Amino acid sequence: RSGRKMRHQLRLQTRLQNALLRHYNINSQYKPHLIRDYWEPVIGLEIHAQISSISKLFSRVGTRYGAPPNTQVGIFESAHPGTLPVLNKRCVEAGIKTALAFGATVNKISLFDRKHYFYPDLPAGYQITQLDYPLASNGRLEFIVLNSSLHKHPYRHSVDLLQLQLEEDSGKSIHDKDNNRVLVDLNRAGQPLMELVFAPGLRNGEEAAAMVKEVALILTRIGTCNGRMHEGALRVDANISVHRPDEPLGTRTEVKNLGSIGSLLKAVDYEIQRQIDILESGGNVTSETRSFDTHTQETISMRDKEVIQDYRFMPEPNLLPLRLHDSSEPNCQYDGSLDISKVRAKIPELPEATRQKLIRDYGLSLENAFLLASKDDLLDYFMAVMSNTKRSSKLVCNLLLNNLLEALNSINTDITNSPLSASAFGEIVDLQQSCRIVTNISQQVISAICIERDSRSPTQIVLDNNWLQLSNDVMEEIVEKILADNLELVEKYKKSKKKKLLNALMGKINKASDNRANMKIVNDVLLKKLSS
Amino acid sequence: DMGMNYLSLSIRDVSSLLKQKTISSLELCNAALKRQNAVAKLHPFITHTPDLARESALHSQKRYDRGEQNLPLDGIPVAVKDNFCTSGIPTTCGSVMLQNYIPTYSATVVRRLQKAGAVIVGKTNLDEFGMGSGTTDSTFGPSKNIYRSGVEYNFLHPSREYDNILSRIPSTALENGDWYVTGGSSGGSALAVASGTTFLALGSDTGGSVRNPSSYCGVVGLKPSYGLVSRFGLISLVNSLDVPGLFGRYVDDVATMLSVVSGLDPQDSTSVSSDLQNLKLPENPSLDGLIIGIPREYHWPGMSKEIVDEWTKVADLMEDSGAQVREVSMPHTQYSIICYSVLNPCEVASNFTRYTGVGYGHRVSASHSMEAMYAFTRSSGLNEVVKGRILAGNYFLLRENKSKYFKQALKVRRLISEDFSKVWASGVNLLLTPVTLSTAIRYSEFQNLDNRTQTATQDICTQAANMAGVPAVSIPVSLNTEGLPVSLQLIGQWGKDPA
Repeated sequence: RSGRKMRHQLRLQTRLQNALLRHYNINSQYKPHLIRDYWEPVIGLEIHAQISSISKLFSRVGTRYGAPPNTQVGIFESAHPGTLPVLNKRCVEAGIKTALAFGATVNKISLFDRKHYFYPDLPAGYQITQLDYPLASNGRLEFIVLNSSLHKHPYRHSVDLLQLQLEEDSGKSIHDKDNNRVLVDLNRAGQPLMELVFAPGLRNGEEAAAMVKEVALILTRIGTCNGRMHEGALRVDANISVHRPDEPLGTRTEVKNLGSIGSLLKAVDYEIQRQIDILESGGNVTSETRSFDTHTQETISMRDKEVIQDYRFMPEPNLLPLRLHDSSEPNCQYDGSLDISKVRAKIPELPEATRQKLIRDYGLSLENAFLLASKDDLLDYFMAVMSNTKRSSKLVCNLLLNNLLEALNSINTDITNSPLSASAFGEIVDLQQSCRIVTNISQQVISAICIERDSRSPTQIVLDNNWLQLSNDVMEEIVEKILADNLELVEKYKKSKKKKLLNALMGKINKASDNRANMKIVNDVLLKKLSS
Repeated sequence: DMGMNYLSLSIRDVSSLLKQKTISSLELCNAALKRQNAVAKLHPFITHTPDLARESALHSQKRYDRGEQNLPLDGIPVAVKDNFCTSGIPTTCGSVMLQNYIPTYSATVVRRLQKAGAVIVGKTNLDEFGMGSGTTDSTFGPSKNIYRSGVEYNFLHPSREYDNILSRIPSTALENGDWYVTGGSSGGSALAVASGTTFLALGSDTGGSVRNPSSYCGVVGLKPSYGLVSRFGLISLVNSLDVPGLFGRYVDDVATMLSVVSGLDPQDSTSVSSDLQNLKLPENPSLDGLIIGIPREYHWPGMSKEIVDEWTKVADLMEDSGAQVREVSMPHTQYSIICYSVLNPCEVASNFTRYTGVGYGHRVSASHSMEAMYAFTRSSGLNEVVKGRILAGNYFLLRENKSKYFKQALKVRRLISEDFSKVWASGVNLLLTPVTLSTAIRYSEFQNLDNRTQTATQDICTQAANMAGVPAVSIPVSLNTEGLPVSLQLIGQWGKDPA
């Protein structure tokens, strides 16, 4: 079946499903059982996060990203005979820190295992990983889903972190098909990874995307991974199945190596629909590994991995069990190489705590709190502006998250390099908050400074342009003039009370006032005059 | 020949001659190289390194000339088994797979020997990758025991009263070109020391690979406690059992070597710190108060009478010298062989996945597929013994077999290890056992057995010590009527190697 045809059918199906959802008034509440043919998708993610470390997991060789091929390689990475792994303490620390950030239990003893398979980018023929006794287990991740098709409003969702294990990365194989050869770059071989295995608790691509965003945010906040998906620092495997509620879970497929949030979102949704399609046409889903083709936006079977692999796991005999202790516990034995308690003390405020604080201290909406907590520099900017406690957090959020970000976006720059400083931004806020300028003017001042690179202060720009908000007297005069000039419209409105007609009047007033009228006050004045 | 005479001295004696400038490091080195050529047909070495040897001997000589006398092995010729990586020197493991492999780094033990002033004269022969017990399974051909080889040799003994006895002991070559095996897998190293080409040699011991050939070649062979000597740069056979082993003609020489090579190595996570840098054995050792255990299970069926007799004789001798000798039981020893024949292949299967010809070593090109290249490379680069173990190991590690074989073997290993703990807990200080069932075997006899049977019979007295990680030493005690050395083994508690 061609992809195009399939996509067409999927769209039809989605439309049908949405119609059903609307019919049963399912919007904010999730009641799949009300629909006869409802399929419940179950998604679980495994995330590989590269640990920010200057040297590899088991050797002192560097990890510089983007270095020329095979320059970050030593005798261990290339599996020369006689070499032995030596565990990088910093990476263990990063693993512990991450585990604690996800509320997981750090295991006092964890073990390393060998996972065997032949591939040229895995020179030893096995990967050192952790299987039955990982570094940490039983954590939990709570996150916010912002753009939901299930709910109208942002909502919280949570997923269990089953385990966190340390393991080494493989190198990269480059298939040179023209010359019938495989080229191997071992720069990535032996790079430290944390594999975070989450329980299957997601229902669609959006939730998966939201979850990975939160993971990336937490990791960058605590500094254990730079979260750059485009550099492969964060890679996602998604296990996907669908089943009817009250029935056992369906056969799952694994979509490997999703390298961006967009791919993840699309791959998950595509795969859900593909499986539903198969099941509805009476077929069976094959348990297999698939990959996501970013060009066709489809998942495709990875044929070479169809054969059931037996990795012949075996304990890594060259590494001793990793022992840790926690000096904050009573009767601590101090018999491990690292103190969990010391690592715990190094964990900064996590994004969720920041959000809670923003909601509590500044009365922000969940959505605004989410946006602010998503970027450290944005949050810093907000906090700098709010250092003047008289400022309205709501106004600051609106101007910052809508107007300023949009202006910066149009000149391809970020908040850190904003031509509008936090203090100048505060000046604009103060001008508007004290009713000296209106929202539109704020927007214009922001544009003037950011886009036209006006170097004057906001106040100066307002004064020089004569942009101060009109006084109530002047405003009243304009309102009266407009009413007098549009008698027909006024009469129509008085009869029909149609909002459209009122808005037309407002527009005329705004235009006549050169955008300098406070439209909220205009609205009040206008209504009063029309009702009199 | 004066050089030859110097070669038979103890390290302490030759060191004092070097210090007194009676002989120079270079002269000693040249004597060793000359002896190397004289015994070359016995094939102790795979690679000779005469130029490098002379160069380091010259450095040593300069140190002596400057009056620097603090290096414990300054100017002493040593040999290194060809499964220890040596920077810039081929390291073949006796295999086609690595016959052209030149490492870019040296094993920690090699570096420590060099740092102590030792002069490395060559890399010694071994069964391919250390899998064997005769040094007959090397791709470069077998090593042959010097005893009854036809090559001239003298017996060393400090007192003249044995001359009469020694003169009656046969030393002529065997008929029909037959010869005695050196034992293995470190046969080349044992032979290098026994034939007087070096004072010391490095070997590796996974199931008896140092003690077995040292017993057959009549030299001292020590398998230290697991972890005492770094494995970094020792090409892995069975990581959890491999121990670098030491050969010498004198117990004191081996002790000196142990003091040089032991100690924590940050590059080997399984190594431990030890304080043996200044190890010196007592001038007049005393057995007073020592409790010697004689494990009854080591009296294997098929053990030759002369071994049993010597075992009894030495036990009596120890008792007469003040030790308390008692019989002990180590009931799980008998399972050691079967346990080993599971654990060894499992780790071998895993360790050998790296030999694919991609990054280094032997490669057979196959343009049509990567898998074919792997297959051709591995099937032509590794011998039948190695391939057999890889196959068995992968079988034992399969999901459905793992607990039946691999995990079960680990449990049995623990029981074997506990046998030792129990014996030590009962107050025993040392165990006295045979090393092998008999003295060196004729090649004609040895080749009739397959490698697995060879290993199973050869390692029967030595393997348990590897399972438990405890130190064990093979010491020659006499010559039998055929003129072959008879040796016995002492096994100690973990970390009590000096004892």
